[in-house]
Amino acid sequence: MTNQTTYKVPFTILIVTLLVCFLGNISLGSVSIPITSVFKSLFATIDNDSWHYIIHNYRLPKAFTAVLVGSGLGISGLLMQTLFRNPLAGPFVLGISSGASLGVAIVILGAGIFGGNLATLLLSKWSVVIAASLGSFLVLLSVLAMSLKVRDTMAILIIGLMFGSITSAVVSVLSYFSSAEQLQQYIFWGFGSLGNLSWNELFIFFCIYLLGLFMSIISIKALNTLLLGENYAKSLGLNINQSRFIIIIATSLLAGTITAFAGPIAFIGLAIPHMVRQVFTTANHKVLLPAVFLFGAIVMLICDSIAQLPTSDYTLPINAITSLIGAPVVIWLLVRKRKMLF
Amino acid sequence: MTKTQPHTILKTESLTIGYKQKKHQTVVADDVNIALQQGELVGLVGANGIGKSTLLRTLTKVQPPIDGSVFINDKLLENSSYLELSKSLSVVLTEQPASKNLTVFELVALGRQPYTNWVGNLSENDISIIEKALLQTNIQQLKDKKCFELSDGQLQKVMIARALAQDTHLIILDEPTTHLDMYHKAYILKLLKTLAKDTNKTILFSSHEIDLTIQLCDKMIVMTHSQVISDTPCNLISKGVFNELFPEDMITFDEKTGSFRVKK
Repeated sequence: MTNQTTYKVPFTILIVTLLVCFLGNISLGSVSIPITSVFKSLFATIDNDSWHYIIHNYRLPKAFTAVLVGSGLGISGLLMQTLFRNPLAGPFVLGISSGASLGVAIVILGAGIFGGNLATLLLSKWSVVIAASLGSFLVLLSVLAMSLKVRDTMAILIIGLMFGSITSAVVSVLSYFSSAEQLQQYIFWGFGSLGNLSWNELFIFFCIYLLGLFMSIISIKALNTLLLGENYAKSLGLNINQSRFIIIIATSLLAGTITAFAGPIAFIGLAIPHMVRQVFTTANHKVLLPAVFLFGAIVMLICDSIAQLPTSDYTLPINAITSLIGAPVVIWLLVRKRKMLF
Repeated sequence: MTKTQPHTILKTESLTIGYKQKKHQTVVADDVNIALQQGELVGLVGANGIGKSTLLRTLTKVQPPIDGSVFINDKLLENSSYLELSKSLSVVLTEQPASKNLTVFELVALGRQPYTNWVGNLSENDISIIEKALLQTNIQQLKDKKCFELSDGQLQKVMIARALAQDTHLIILDEPTTHLDMYHKAYILKLLKTLAKDTNKTILFSSHEIDLTIQLCDKMIVMTHSQVISDTPCNLISKGVFNELFPEDMITFDEKTGSFRVKK
């Protein structure tokens, strides 16, 4: 596919917007820091130590996390929508987030059952991250094992959904035997959070993210071929099983680590590809993939800036903000164009 | 291979087609021996459920044969990879493309996928082949339209252009004239005739338009309950094969006009 239109202008606008949103995001927070000091502290040490500390150890990692989360979820949503030819698919259709929820539920809600020292150990942050990764990895492994046996792509979609209901059922059973305090802790994890990541954690997050991103990029041609449907794709020499495998692994690396580090963040993965399709009116993944990357990062930065309620001490759950802001935008786009492009 | 003897593009040797299940197998047709030469337009006709699609699926390596062998360009089908096959065989299926949010140019350009690099960039050569395919199917003016804006007839031409852009010796079309009105049925089949002649490609299509197929094709493959027979339309008429196509209590074949009549 060629880019008959080069899309230079929209891409320039998106990149500039991303930079502005990034700077805006690190300028806003519960402590008000003048924007000139924010700039200065990025490139040199400033006199005010606590401002410097806040920007370097809290706001910058959080802004980077927002970029990774937004772009990663957007891309995995795009991959799933094309693979399953379903506009309702998102990063979590294969049961990745429900697997993570199960892992976290076992750690948080199960901690009470073990009690004592083990409970304190279980509740440390790393154990939540590991539990979430293990949970999503195990569910994914089961779905993948079946995807090798099942020829029909749609059947894989249903299998993913079934795994989702099994895990949420187990979570319900666990919740039933848990204390109110544990439940609250579990629910708070479900709200999602972009903060709290140290530079070390962010580095691990970034490495896995890069691997997922790389696999998405090498799938661009396969994704475009899949736009014709699987039978045509096969007649064009595409190795369907191999491409499907790479696409699923890419999605799980992206969505899996994001869920592990930032919680199950809803909506972004489903909505961003639709927003991009409305703006760019193309189905070519060579355009869609970078556009989804930029769009996802921008939307996530904006949502995060709002969620912190600048100058106040409160932070709203990011999961609620993404839907509150994003859903009306998608509805507006669809109503305005009156046509769903897919 | 001498110049006087046309090159055989597709050949089957005592091919048995059907479905294999764990214990038993269902044979749809056996002893299928056909040979299609370069530049021939070939129509495949037969009643509903006789096995036209099974035959086409076997010829395009979507399902394996029960017995016998298929050769494309003298190469055994089961020995060629999907990528190799995609450079000698292109298809037009009955199914619609999964996404219609592609422009006509983009869709036709997907036909170049077997030749493009890892990200699918088009070379100058690719673009000129695509332009030629658009020209041959007479759809240059639709180039920038989205596929959801097209009529069924236009979309069919686009799918044929995509197959042309794939630059293969053999094009196989599964019922290319369904959903089309009488004019467009004739138009598409005539287009195939012209393409076979001009590009020297072998074009095989299945169809229920027996009258049109008799008039236009160089060769026909007729599937009946008892046999799969391939010959020129005239020879097939004189052999009386068309009378075996359908149960004779309803319609009969009129040899003089080359068309079917309903029994009143």
